[in-house]
Amino acid sequence: MKADLRVALVGNPNTGKSTLFNALTGLDQKVGNFPGITVDKKIGYSDLPDSRKAEIIDLPGTYSLYPKSQDEAIVFSVLADRNSDVNPDLIVVVLDATNLKRNFLLYTQVADLKIPVIIALNMMDQADKAGIKINVDALSEKLGVPIIPISARKNTGIDDLKQAISFANKVALQQDSIDVSVFASELIARIGDEIKVDNPYFALQLAHQHENLKFLTTAQSERIEELEVMYSFHSQKAQAAETIARYNYINDLLFDTVEKPQAAQSESTSNRIDRVLTHRVFGFVIFIGILMFIFQSIFAWSSYPMDLISDGFAWLQAYTHQVLPAGPATDLLADGIIAGLAGVLVFIPQIAILFAFISILEDTGYMARVTFMMDKIMRKVGLNGRSVVPLIGGFACAVPSIMSTRTIENWKDRMITIMVTPLVACSARLPVYTLLIALVVPDRTIWGIFNLQGLALTAMYVMSLVSAVIVAFVFKFILKAKERGYFIMELPVYRSPRWNNVLLSMYERSKAFVLQAGKVIIAVSIILWVMSSYGPGDRFEKIDQKYEQAQYKKIPEDELQRLIATDKLENSYAGTLGHAIEPAIRPLGFDWKIGIALITSFAAREVFVGTMATIYSVDGDADRLDTVQDKMAKAINPNTGQPVFTVAVAFSLMMFYAFAMQCASTVAAVYRETKAWKWPVIQLTYMTALAYVASLITYQLLK
Amino acid sequence: MKLSQLKPGSRGIVKEFTDLEMSVKLMEMGCLPGEEIIVERIAPLGDPIAISVAGYQLSLRKQEASTIILHS
Repeated sequence: MKADLRVALVGNPNTGKSTLFNALTGLDQKVGNFPGITVDKKIGYSDLPDSRKAEIIDLPGTYSLYPKSQDEAIVFSVLADRNSDVNPDLIVVVLDATNLKRNFLLYTQVADLKIPVIIALNMMDQADKAGIKINVDALSEKLGVPIIPISARKNTGIDDLKQAISFANKVALQQDSIDVSVFASELIARIGDEIKVDNPYFALQLAHQHENLKFLTTAQSERIEELEVMYSFHSQKAQAAETIARYNYINDLLFDTVEKPQAAQSESTSNRIDRVLTHRVFGFVIFIGILMFIFQSIFAWSSYPMDLISDGFAWLQAYTHQVLPAGPATDLLADGIIAGLAGVLVFIPQIAILFAFISILEDTGYMARVTFMMDKIMRKVGLNGRSVVPLIGGFACAVPSIMSTRTIENWKDRMITIMVTPLVACSARLPVYTLLIALVVPDRTIWGIFNLQGLALTAMYVMSLVSAVIVAFVFKFILKAKERGYFIMELPVYRSPRWNNVLLSMYERSKAFVLQAGKVIIAVSIILWVMSSYGPGDRFEKIDQKYEQAQYKKIPEDELQRLIATDKLENSYAGTLGHAIEPAIRPLGFDWKIGIALITSFAAREVFVGTMATIYSVDGDADRLDTVQDKMAKAINPNTGQPVFTVAVAFSLMMFYAFAMQCASTVAAVYRETKAWKWPVIQLTYMTALAYVASLITYQLLK
Repeated sequence: MKLSQLKPGSRGIVKEFTDLEMSVKLMEMGCLPGEEIIVERIAPLGDPIAISVAGYQLSLRKQEASTIILHS
């Protein structure tokens, strides 16, 4: 889509920037990547009153143009790189009207880059309620910039803002805030001359940030470094001086335009809530209670829609067999693709519920309190309060969680968080756990309120967190710190969740899951189906010939077909592969069929269910199309005559899935985030070793 | 007196910082010389602390709070 105007939203975290983005663009938005880096680029389109179309880019929230984390670093480079295809024509700075002073710091920095800018003064309703009086006209006149009062949550002022965007000037008319040349006048002049930048603040920013800016050539960056040495430029001292000068300017600016009630405010609602939610005892009790509630709900609320989906697909599979002529193509479609897709789509309800909870916890501000409460414990094991968000997010999916570690400023804390996040029981393990628990754990209520299956699942989740913590503690002694860690974080006021944001996040995450996992699963299903339907050399013909012999004529037709199918599966490519690894996995209690599932699961864990479906429908007679669970429950070990999936085997399998790094997307994400193959390789190795040992111990103890 | 020595509920005015790197970060967040700080509460395990400064709440570790010197 071609837009007439590109607009970037810039602002502090917690200013309602994303809510404004949603209000401006509606559902017309997409998430992509900035070129060369993996920071999410949220782009949407907005129809302006003059019938032009504006492309809106939502930039990560930041307190200043000097980045503290990788996420924040993107803001300056997008604004600065005039040649990039994301460089905006207009910047909308979103300010929180209840906290203007701190918010204006970022505004003055952005304004000094001399890109056309307008101000969206958000949370006006909150400011009114708090008795803050803002003389918008006077402020606007002083700055030389249009100011639009809005309330993104209440959806007021959005049309005015669109109007202002369409009327915005093509040239920057804002007043200068501070004289930046006083911080390093000669250096700024020289950089301006040599790198050809005419804006002094832009030149100063280049001096501070040139090492991390991709659009500078190496020669340019080295030249800036030389100049810095020549003029003995000290980045931190210059930043400190600049910040003080900016706040002096802001104090003057707000002195006669903003009135705050002088009377001592009564204790705020947020403080009263915090007294309970971060209480020494209740704080932790409530946190654990919330986690338990989430997992119980995932199980309870999703069972009905999941049944609907799986019944629907079983019907579709049977129907396909009925209407299409029998043959390999129909088998591939029904037993390969449809069965494989059913395995993924059935988990949409659970994933949607999990993401709804996570987005509510973040939206209300509770996640920041969890960070606050947990920082001390997390630090003891080598993590950081901020690691809590990726770890809890890990319950949903390790990939976005590993990406969210970019908010952790400290290198060592961040690396450890990345290394242990895939241990947390993600939603892809949920299908495996649900299936195996349903197979061997009775569906009973104990102590009046707890479902035994739900309890078993909770235990798997708790174990995953505990293992992540223990492994983190080990890494704490292995990794060497590169810089000091610190923890300075805003505690946003409590707000009620924005339900349309929650819905949007449910929708987007489920869609991403289906698209990403769906592709892998269809591919794996097809490969697996081919591998299990054909065998090397003339083995299949020999099997056919063998059953032609006289002694098989007495066996009933049904039984004969089953024997042939089993024999063929065992001699197929997949069967051969399964047999090849069987000696290695026999001590874990796994046979060659489970071996096939383990191999295919290295692409993605949830493939397990589809693999089981494919293997057992190839194996059984094709008319009886039970669900995977029924098929697995009926599976008999031919050597012992006992069921294949005993308690020992099921738990051993769950242990393997709990620890093994069976996710190609996570490996790719870790590589992208660490920019070295070393880290994903270490992770894959330690997790596979851990999985083997845990599985071995479990099976040997339970069998 | 350092900020880290302040009891919950008590207040002080920022005088200076003992650590340049930390001061840059704190000042950007609105924690500047001359600003009043109120210690709101301490995390359940004794660290970090939550303070009110410049009209909002900030949490920081005790070790970081000890780089902020208050007017006596």
